[in-house]
Amino acid sequence: MAFLTLEQVNKFYGELAAVRDVDLSVAKGEFVSLLGPSGCGKTTTLQMIAGLVEPTSGRITLDGRDITHEKPNRRGLGIVFQSYALFPHMTVAQNVAFGLEMRKVQRAERDTRVADMLALVHLAGMADRYPRQLSGGQRQRVAIARALVIEPPVLLLDEPLSNLDAKLREEMQFELRRIQRSVGTTTIMVTHDQAEALSISDRVVVMEAGCMTQVDAPYRLYEKPATPFISSFVGRMNRLEGIWWPNGPIGTVEVAGAMLPSEAADLPAGAAVTASIRPEKLLLHKAGEGRLNGNVASRFFLGGHWLFNVETPAGVIVVSMPNHGEEPAREGERVGIDWAPASLRIEASAGGTVS
Amino acid sequence: MSRSPAAPWLLVSPGAVLFLGLVLVPLVLTVILSFLTYNYDTGIGDSYTLAHYGRVLSDSYYLEIFWRTLRLAFLTTLLCALIGAPEAYILSRMRSPWRSIFLLVIIGPLLVSVVVRAFGWSMLLGSTGLVNAALGVLALGPVRLLYTETAIVIALVHVMLPFMVIPVWTALQKLDPMVETAAWSLGASRFAALRRVVMPQVSIGLLSGSLIVFGLSASAFAIPGLLGGRRLKMAATLVYDEYMQELNWPMGAAIAIIVLLANLVIMLAYNRAVEARARRALG
Ligand SMILES: Nc1ncnc2c1ncn2[C@@H]1O[C@H](COP(=O)(O)OP(=O)(O)O)[C@@H](O)[C@H]1O
Ligand SMILES: [Mg+2]
Repeated sequence: MAFLTLEQVNKFYGELAAVRDVDLSVAKGEFVSLLGPSGCGKTTTLQMIAGLVEPTSGRITLDGRDITHEKPNRRGLGIVFQSYALFPHMTVAQNVAFGLEMRKVQRAERDTRVADMLALVHLAGMADRYPRQLSGGQRQRVAIARALVIEPPVLLLDEPLSNLDAKLREEMQFELRRIQRSVGTTTIMVTHDQAEALSISDRVVVMEAGCMTQVDAPYRLYEKPATPFISSFVGRMNRLEGIWWPNGPIGTVEVAGAMLPSEAADLPAGAAVTASIRPEKLLLHKAGEGRLNGNVASRFFLGGHWLFNVETPAGVIVVSMPNHGEEPAREGERVGIDWAPASLRIEASAGGTVS
Repeated sequence: MSRSPAAPWLLVSPGAVLFLGLVLVPLVLTVILSFLTYNYDTGIGDSYTLAHYGRVLSDSYYLEIFWRTLRLAFLTTLLCALIGAPEAYILSRMRSPWRSIFLLVIIGPLLVSVVVRAFGWSMLLGSTGLVNAALGVLALGPVRLLYTETAIVIALVHVMLPFMVIPVWTALQKLDPMVETAAWSLGASRFAALRRVVMPQVSIGLLSGSLIVFGLSASAFAIPGLLGGRRLKMAATLVYDEYMQELNWPMGAAIAIIVLLANLVIMLAYNRAVEARARRALG
């Protein structure tokens, strides 16, 4: 059951289409991320939902009510801004209480709700501090508490974690998800960080140049990216241009003379295709024991896993391998790469010709 | 490289000499002058007296001028705040080319001599001036404007407005525009957001602007001189008249010192309030 819907929403700045033909429906209690590179229209989409930007055309409904042209202060949505936009002249408690004051909530109820909310975001001891006396992560929590205390039907977050350092960002991701789970508020988060979007969302919406190109659960988005752009934007992807030949129940891709077993595809023999495979789906063996031999050009130790750039006849292939606690192949060593044929995905090349 | 211990003194000496020579010495001389006796026949005497201060503080003629000075300076400050703050807010919300253009329009008057501006206003406000001509067309009859307190206040507000707009504008520049948006999203009306979120943060600019406007208005000379006429004097014009018309220099000096002290007391008290507020708002 759709709680928040966007129907054919467009936003033009003069000739520039910041957001084009966006259709989205979000269920109650869902956590949806808008993911895309900078300038693809994520903020504009979020601000149209918030009422801070007027759509050029289209319709936005909330719980069956048309809110397309409603003023932001009448929508009652909770918004967390990228800069947090806390009120610098008010204490933490006053910041959080502001929305309740505007709703004319009685003093006593206001105080308990503010205290409850501060406890939820683990800031109970900070009520009388000013924003300038807080760390980045604490400000972030104040911003979330301030937006949630009014019990908004929808919580909107614009790059909420981008001002935090890497370690804190990871912590806050899970913290954000915990808070969202415990209050159950429908949440839409904008981010350009694919790891962030994948780790905490129920569904991820990928935007490219103003359009939504895929809306899917994180796992499916990763496994079945709808466009080449998504496959390289979300995680790493090895992409090889080749020619496809049927081969019994599976297929074979011919890349620069090398014959690589792949998934089956409904394509004519000799079709130009792009084969793609994730680095972690590849295995490293001794030379000659894999499906494709190559030389390790460089390797990187990333703690949890190793990353290898392997030079093969088919081009440079990135291989990721978990760290098993022993040193794997060195730079310059000759190795064999292996994979399950079904994980080498095939799609017809854009503008590809049948040879 | 070791520095000579005299270096700091040498470095501040040009400034110190300038300050001593141009501010402190004349001020001390004025204070001394204000205690000297004066006789219309023989001029300035060489014995000391408190008579000038006594006369200024007991004669209703002088007290009325002091009172008018404070009143008009206060009124000018209030009007500047009421006009300047919204003006600065609108300015800060303008888009790129317009913002610079309007800022120039606001600062523009500062590029014209205050005497020229005062003459401009006297032409506009005169009995046959543009304002009265317009009122005549609307059949609202000629109104006496020139040589009234109204004329002085109008011209003072015009001259002082930039000194209010600029500090408020500077304070607004430091404001995250999203903060106001955040207030809307929390259910605040535009007015509530202005009152609860924007105003408290620009109040320091408003208060320091008021300080400048009040100080400059209370000691304004050209505008009351040209638009107030011979009859409506303010403190600075009074001092001028004592010196140049009455030739009673000690009396003029006593008035100048009283004006200075009054201004100083008011501004220091006000400044304390501003600083207390700044500490609370910004820490
Ligand atoms: N107020 C505006 N005026 C003109 N162009 C804008 C405005 N806001 C955004 N844009 C343009 O719209 C596009 C999308 O912007 P935005 O939604 O902020 O992207 P994102 O948040 O994904 O980085 C960008 O090309 C940006 O330059
Ligand atoms: Mg953005």
